[in-house]
Amino acid sequence: MSDLVAESLDMKFTSPAGDVVHALENVSFTLAGGELLAVLGPSGCGKTTLLNLIAGFLRPTGGRLTFGGREIDGPGVERGMVFQQGALFEWLTVAQNVDFGLRMKKANRRETARKVEEWLDIVGLQGFGDTPTYQLSGGMQQRVALARCLINDPDLILMDEPLGALDALTREKMQSLVLRIWKETGKTIMIITHSVEEALLLGERLFVMAPRPGRLHREYALPFAERGLGQDLRHVKGDPEFARTREEILAMIWDMEEEIMGKTPA
Amino acid sequence: MSVRGLIVGALFVALIATLIGCWLYGRRLVREERTDAVFGNPVRALGGWHWVVSGVATILLVWLVFSWDAARAFFPEAGNELCQVAKLANAVHPMRSVFPFESRELRGTEVLHRERGQLERLERTLGRSDFTEPDRAGLLPLLERTRALMRAQAAENSVNAATRAAIVELAGRIDGVTAALESGELPEGAEAAIGTARAEREVWGGTSTEIPTEPISVRGALFDAASTRLSDIAADFRRIRNLSERFERGVAELDGELEALGEGAESEAVRDFVRQLDKLLKRLDDGTIFPPKALDPIEDALARLEAVQRERQGVLGLIDALAMPGGSIVAGNTACTEQGSGRWLPKPSDTLATLARISDPDVGYKGVPLLWYRHKPLAEMVGFVIPDRVADLVPGVYPRHGTDGFVEPNLKTRVLDIATGNFASPSIAVPTGHVWDSILRVVAGLFLGIALGVPLGLFMGLSRFAKGFFDPLIELYRPVPPLAWAPLILTIFGIQDDGKIFLLFMVAFAIMVISARTGASGTQLSKIHAAHSLGASKWQIVRNVILPNSLPEILTGIRISIGVCWGTLVAAEMLAGTTGIGFVENVARKSSDYEIIWVTIIILGLLGLLFDLIMRWVIARTIPWRGKG
Repeated sequence: MSDLVAESLDMKFTSPAGDVVHALENVSFTLAGGELLAVLGPSGCGKTTLLNLIAGFLRPTGGRLTFGGREIDGPGVERGMVFQQGALFEWLTVAQNVDFGLRMKKANRRETARKVEEWLDIVGLQGFGDTPTYQLSGGMQQRVALARCLINDPDLILMDEPLGALDALTREKMQSLVLRIWKETGKTIMIITHSVEEALLLGERLFVMAPRPGRLHREYALPFAERGLGQDLRHVKGDPEFARTREEILAMIWDMEEEIMGKTPA
Repeated sequence: MSVRGLIVGALFVALIATLIGCWLYGRRLVREERTDAVFGNPVRALGGWHWVVSGVATILLVWLVFSWDAARAFFPEAGNELCQVAKLANAVHPMRSVFPFESRELRGTEVLHRERGQLERLERTLGRSDFTEPDRAGLLPLLERTRALMRAQAAENSVNAATRAAIVELAGRIDGVTAALESGELPEGAEAAIGTARAEREVWGGTSTEIPTEPISVRGALFDAASTRLSDIAADFRRIRNLSERFERGVAELDGELEALGEGAESEAVRDFVRQLDKLLKRLDDGTIFPPKALDPIEDALARLEAVQRERQGVLGLIDALAMPGGSIVAGNTACTEQGSGRWLPKPSDTLATLARISDPDVGYKGVPLLWYRHKPLAEMVGFVIPDRVADLVPGVYPRHGTDGFVEPNLKTRVLDIATGNFASPSIAVPTGHVWDSILRVVAGLFLGIALGVPLGLFMGLSRFAKGFFDPLIELYRPVPPLAWAPLILTIFGIQDDGKIFLLFMVAFAIMVISARTGASGTQLSKIHAAHSLGASKWQIVRNVILPNSLPEILTGIRISIGVCWGTLVAAEMLAGTTGIGFVENVARKSSDYEIIWVTIIILGLLGLLFDLIMRWVIARTIPWRGKG
């Protein structure tokens, strides 16, 4: 398995007016193959910037970012991405969305059709292959986005608040699905969220980031993802240790938010 | 009643019945709904086909009524009879205008009124400083004498015996006409004339002149006869003047004095005064002033005539007022004409008949059918598609004629024959005609505009270079109204298809570039990112993400282009050319052929609707996801 290594990453944006925003400063970490990392932080702490750097949509202004020993230079199929709103192609059907990557590679058609069936089965969308995506509910759309990413067999799956727009029930189901896929495929997953609960449930490791400039604030190693595989997620949430950690992180983020508010003249 | 009249009449009745039926049905529905319907609930605006039907029926009814088609269908003789009535009115008018029938005052009253005022104004000018005291003393009595003359004219005894007798005689003649009209007896030969006129189909809309003047009914013939006699009476009436010897003498004396005064006067003011008074005297010399009651016999006779005329007219007046709104039938020298909405709003039946007439490919309009087909050899099309230069590129030289005077064809000549379409081939049917020409121009211009505009628009939406480089070019010509380009383009590319297609291409191109650019630049970044990380290449992203994502804007652009192209095309065809719907309308306009104008309007409307329906269908089929992504 290939590791994701970030060495003192630095990212500065320059606005057209000339203002410089320091989005990331000195971010270093190593993500080993098969790990599940959750990234949490207040808004504006550079979570999405970090993800875009890893996906290759942006280039860092400083530091090094390698995946499997190779420097990241542009987007690649080995790093799949699941977007906040799904970013589905609404002019295509579910099956056409899912096999998009394979079609672009001009893969064998029969093989492709078989894989699509298989993945629709895994994400629980059997029989929806010919449905236009605009007719799906939000949760179903995220399943399609997940299948579309996974059918390409990426080594690293990047998720940008994939469950943020879903209702609580659907969200819980999707969380189980993500954990199951992680367990069954053994992929490396990096998930960005702004829900503390979700970060605790899904993260084997958890980074809490701090804003202005964006940086890694604290790292946790968590047991809940492992437990969630075996039992109901609501049991996991009922654990006193879960509650304690949640309160601790919440207090931390509240402090950061207050600090930002204090800095800004009212 | 003619067949056309029968159909229009039946349609009219059916439309009224439909309208009433739909209204009753609608009211019943409203009553049933009243308990649970909430005002402001948008659902209340859904459905309601019966209101659609009543709307259409109302439009058709308004058209039938205001074009007087209904009037013609139900009262086919009314047009001709009203023509006779109009002739009578024309004949009586010179007499009636003297009396306060339509005007406020008796003619004599009006003249006295006016001239008295004029005298007062003249008297006031005497007070001005450019008159000397002696002038005033000399001129003032003249005014007094003029007043005395006018007074004398209005006096009971001013009318001489001969004039009195003439007045009574004229009144008697008018009464004679009135009696004839009342009794209903026709003059000799009138009966036969009616038969002839009818046999010659001299009915409303039956011949090329709108309404022939010859009467086709007994009632019409009565009015016709009366109008002939009344024209003579009116001519005699005009000769009656109130000119007694005493009055003429008084005027002559005054005139002589004025002339002497005017010649001898040195002051410009006096000469002007004399001129004015002289003009006034000449007007009085017409003899239009009678004593107040002197003309009463004629006035009474005219009133009696009017009463009988009304009675004889019967429902005609009602038909004129109700069935022929917005105008009436006016008599001319050779024919009666419709004046008002009946003239510029053609009757639906006539319009359809005209459409049917020019739809016949053998008739067409100006030698070209509206929409038909003709056989065209395949070779001609092949010759059109393959450029002649192809033959020049074949190796070798063209053969020279031999000593026997014949030319031995070689490979080059054979290729040239194919390239110029000079070979035997089967013919196929191709559409032709004014309508087809217009459609072809729009479709060709639109196709070129889309084929070149969409790729450039996408390119401009994605590349800073393309946007910057091509923007000035497009923004330079796009804001100019297309018709402003027309004279130039038509001069350069010719007034036939080439120029018009290029003009439409310019119109469609700018719209397509802008809409494709908007579509491309509006693509969500996350979709392009997603495609990127799924392994799509640049070209694949354009083809599979940006193009489909821009489809809503592109299709909207096409829809707008079609509308603008139609408008531009029709105007361009009016400007120049020998075929096309705009050409037809322009020619019809020059000859005031309202029916053809309406036919072209209807054809244009239907074609516009057809294009829009096609676009709606395409949009519903291709981008059902619009607004739902």
